[in-house]
Amino acid sequence: MSSETDPVVSLSGAKKYFGAVHALEDGRIDLYAGEAHALVGENGAGKSTLVKIFAGLHRPDAGRLCIEGKEVVFNSPRDAIQSGVAVIYQEPTLFPDLTVAENIFMDRQPQRSFHRIDYRGMNQAARAIFARLEVDLDPTRLALGLSIAEQQIVEIAKSLSLEARVIVMDEPTAALSSVEVDRLFRVAQTLKSSGVAILFISHRLDEVFTLCERVTVMRDGRFVQAAFTTETDEDSLVRAMVGRDVERRSDQVRGVDLKPLLEVEHLTLEGLFADISFSVAAGEVVALSGLVGAGRSEVATAIFGVRRYDYGKVKVGGKPIKRGSPSAAMAAGIGLVPEDRRLQGLVMEQSIARNIAMGSFKSLRRKGLIRSITETRFAADWSVKLQIKYGNLANSVSTLSGGNQQKVVLAKWMSRSPKVLIVDEPTRGIDIGTKAEVHRLILELAKSGVAVLVISSELPEVLNLADRILVMREGRLVGEFDHSEATEEAIIAAATLSKEVKAA
Amino acid sequence: MTLLEQNSQNNSARTGSSPTGVPGGASKFTSLVFRAREFGIFGILIVFVLLTTAVKPRFLAAQNIKFILIDTTIFALLALGETMVVISKNVDLSIGSILGISAFVSSNLYQQFHHISIVIVFGVGIGIGLALGVVNGVLIAFGRVPSLVVTLASLYIIRGLDVLIVGGRQVVASSLPSNFISVTSASFGAIPVISIVVAIIVVGGAYYLKNYRSGRDLYAIGSSEQAAALVGIPIAKRIFTAFAISGAIAGLAGVIWASYYGTIDSTAGTGYEFTVVTAVVVGGVAIVGGSGSAIGAAIGALLLNTINSSLYVLGVSAFWDQAISGLLLILAIALDRGLGLYVAKSLRKRSSRVAS
Amino acid sequence: MLQAETFELKDDLHPESGKNHLDIRSFLRWESGLGIVLVASLVIGTLASSQFLSSANFFNIGLSVGDIAIMALPLTLIVISGEIDLSVASTLGLSSSLLGYLWIHGWPIQLILPVVLVVGALLGFINGFLVTKLGLPSLAVTIGTLTLYRGIALILLGSNIVSNFPASYTTIGVTPIPGTPLPWSVGIFLVLALIFGVVAHFTPLGRSIFAIGSNAEAAAYSGIKVKQIKMRLYILSGVICSLAGILFTFRLATAEYDNATGLELNAVSIVLLAGVSIFGGRGTILGVVLAAATVGAIGNALLLANFPQQAMGLIFGGLLLISVFVPNARELALRFKGQLSKGRLVGSHRG
Repeated sequence: MSSETDPVVSLSGAKKYFGAVHALEDGRIDLYAGEAHALVGENGAGKSTLVKIFAGLHRPDAGRLCIEGKEVVFNSPRDAIQSGVAVIYQEPTLFPDLTVAENIFMDRQPQRSFHRIDYRGMNQAARAIFARLEVDLDPTRLALGLSIAEQQIVEIAKSLSLEARVIVMDEPTAALSSVEVDRLFRVAQTLKSSGVAILFISHRLDEVFTLCERVTVMRDGRFVQAAFTTETDEDSLVRAMVGRDVERRSDQVRGVDLKPLLEVEHLTLEGLFADISFSVAAGEVVALSGLVGAGRSEVATAIFGVRRYDYGKVKVGGKPIKRGSPSAAMAAGIGLVPEDRRLQGLVMEQSIARNIAMGSFKSLRRKGLIRSITETRFAADWSVKLQIKYGNLANSVSTLSGGNQQKVVLAKWMSRSPKVLIVDEPTRGIDIGTKAEVHRLILELAKSGVAVLVISSELPEVLNLADRILVMREGRLVGEFDHSEATEEAIIAAATLSKEVKAA
Repeated sequence: MTLLEQNSQNNSARTGSSPTGVPGGASKFTSLVFRAREFGIFGILIVFVLLTTAVKPRFLAAQNIKFILIDTTIFALLALGETMVVISKNVDLSIGSILGISAFVSSNLYQQFHHISIVIVFGVGIGIGLALGVVNGVLIAFGRVPSLVVTLASLYIIRGLDVLIVGGRQVVASSLPSNFISVTSASFGAIPVISIVVAIIVVGGAYYLKNYRSGRDLYAIGSSEQAAALVGIPIAKRIFTAFAISGAIAGLAGVIWASYYGTIDSTAGTGYEFTVVTAVVVGGVAIVGGSGSAIGAAIGALLLNTINSSLYVLGVSAFWDQAISGLLLILAIALDRGLGLYVAKSLRKRSSRVAS
Repeated sequence: MLQAETFELKDDLHPESGKNHLDIRSFLRWESGLGIVLVASLVIGTLASSQFLSSANFFNIGLSVGDIAIMALPLTLIVISGEIDLSVASTLGLSSSLLGYLWIHGWPIQLILPVVLVVGALLGFINGFLVTKLGLPSLAVTIGTLTLYRGIALILLGSNIVSNFPASYTTIGVTPIPGTPLPWSVGIFLVLALIFGVVAHFTPLGRSIFAIGSNAEAAAYSGIKVKQIKMRLYILSGVICSLAGILFTFRLATAEYDNATGLELNAVSIVLLAGVSIFGGRGTILGVVLAAATVGAIGNALLLANFPQQAMGLIFGGLLLISVFVPNARELALRFKGQLSKGRLVGSHRG
């Protein structure tokens, strides 16, 4: 351990604002050669923003970024790469039609006479890097069909070929199997021993202690503490990450004595999730928790029908629903507020009014026709009910803030008076004030008798909203907690540890 | 294909993890399937030639081979330019019009200057094509307008210009000097000299695309523009160059066309754009960009012309020719898609076996 | 096919980022621009030739664009839904050939017409099947069926020309609707345009088509049956194009395999000139009506001014380029100012 030396990279006092949202208030981290430094914190703690500063994608509004003592400014990803900082994303962007070696050396291919590409040299160089990383990957195969783990290895190989001194790994393990995680860690150890500084972002604390020498905790965009992993433990890290009294729902659990409204039986989709069974009663809020990549959103989309499952059954009010058909699910009263608001929830270039009305076109017909005025009135009613802040309903929905966009998606579904509403990451990327409003709306819906299934990576949100909490890990249900007995620590444990946790 | 499908396909292709212990297994398999696609087209060609020859041995008579090769030559040349464009996830519909205007203007030089050098004639033809390709390239690469729309517009504009220039005139074979005619009439036995020259150009083009960074950049752009931008590939410059070259090649093809047909009016090359795109796609170049080779495209052009000729020789009505090329194109893209899905699915199967 | 968003744009915290989109008001601007071009071409035509405003000439204008305009209507909906159909003119040609083929084989015309329309639907179904069920790119599929359908027409009729259709039908093609200067094809176009306009702009189906073209994934997440709707649009395109084929045949009083060869590009041009985005999600039927009228009027004015007919492409191509550059002009100007260097994405180059 080289704690006495100066850091390779040092970030201090970094701030980043997006309009009213303060994504980063005080970003601070020092990375040392030959060491892995973990960055942990809940979703929204500012980790991603910090990573994007290292990647050259965001320019901080304030703060200093120094490399080997010299202050630098990254204006583009190229600047970052040239300064020796490489970022490995959870899902790398590769060229699927090109070979692995070409992906590594794109536009820097070794050349022979007449500037021709030296394929043999290139493949050998790639092989040499893989040998150094101690992985067995054929440089001549196409990138098409590489697993995420293999794609990450290719990215790491690319950053090594660029002689990166700092490698940032942004939640690399979220979508990996345990075998793949082991391999990645072996690679990371090799990198460390060759003097590379690693910034490792993960939700899995056990991984932090396995791989890293230091750990920094962030909360609400601020640096909280930094420590050697040898001098701290999981419990104190979790306390530092949570760091506040968790607000709890005060009202009593409802729906437990009612008959289940949404029933999911043995739902299986090969490769994504298996044997998922649970139910949600009218008036009950059930949370589906777990790490990103555990298969939660996949289950939600399968219930709603945009994804076809292989086996199992989905029933609403006892009646089975045709699989693979969103319109059948909607006819049965299911609604889905999807995970990716911009890609799945909204048609960004269309008007606010059109987006709110999108699920209700048929019911807006008068004598067979929809008139814009009917649509606008309908949208105006719901905008008032949900307190959506907008300039003009005819403006495209892309003019709204993230929070108001999310309310538009909620309005689309609430206006259909659903029996079952699934909300996937309902408050991701929206400001605190609107967040509270969205929570209130979800609870009101439940109060009015809707069965609500919430998917969230934010534990305070889960604890605040849910009557019951289901935990998924690697495509399976591994735990169930009642509102009264659930704690952040218990949920994190169930979501990350490999042994099954059953709460009494 | 809908966005949704495409995403889920991508996902399944991406998430389909192969067993960590045996990464070689999946790789060999994938490469093999895709290589099969490139050789498959050649196989079909051979089968066609053999079957036709078995029934009618005169199919391989020198004169017939010569006809097939000359026709193929022009399309194979155009297919080289189109390949560069399609690989980068674009399309050039203006090549037929460029060929037409180049054919007339270059050969018409002989009416005005009786003793003009053939080099100048070729230079003018290529120059016209290059200039028009540059205009296409500027509008597409720097104006950020879809190539489908720009080249559709230039298809019309160039043909309109051609009509204005040609007026009621026509170039006739008797006005062309023998050294110009002999560009396409000279041959080594059954093989026209021009076919050999074009074959060298096509092989050279394919070699460039395979062995030079700027050539690989076109594949990279077509494969994933986002990744290309992250790597720092000069996307606009490369796409511009591809269109400029495609234009120049169409200009060259125009001069060859003039030499071969001898009679040139304002309709030369009409409708060639779709024939060439068909040849390119049948030859294994993905219409969605990122893969394929100029040699494959040339074989595609040869296959289309061979089928045409063998129908004739077999006494099947030549009327079947068009229908067969259309069907071939659809089969080719369906096959590509099928292979893609098959690979993705088998990779997913492998992964789930590991997971469970 | 159009995810040209950069890394930054994926960030949830950037609600305003993304493509620059036109709202309803700029649609209206587009249509009023077309209206001005139309009026200008009428004025120039009147000045250029005293015959321009005669009813006989109106009839000619109508004849010159009627069939193409009819094909452009379903094509418009297909382009709005984010796909393309280049096989429209071949469908027309095959329908025309089938009409001639059945006629010389002694079928009664009352039976031929419905059969031709059913076959048109089948041709559209084939396109739809390949695009929605097999998931093939519509550009390549319809270039394939463009060749295939024309090829089948060639197999049916060979080099024969069928021209002994009953006069009672062929007069439909060359006489105006009684009491108007309009040919029947234009009358049918206007009625269809009205129906298409209502469907596109005032029904759930129309709204779904726009949503699919803007963001097919979000449309599917709103319960819109993306594939089913696309399939139906292709079938509709097949039927309408074979109707255009019937009209085309009667207008020329001949059925030939190469009827309307190459007109797919004219139809696509009208659609794009109408302000329909090649990326899908934007466009109006009113624009298509205005674009068709403009193309007809300009073509006719040039003809009266003795401009060679074959060179008209110059004007249409020019209009087409203007139609794609004008809406982007502001964005382009901005970009050329603060420009190019920073490895930015060039955007998707094809629709």
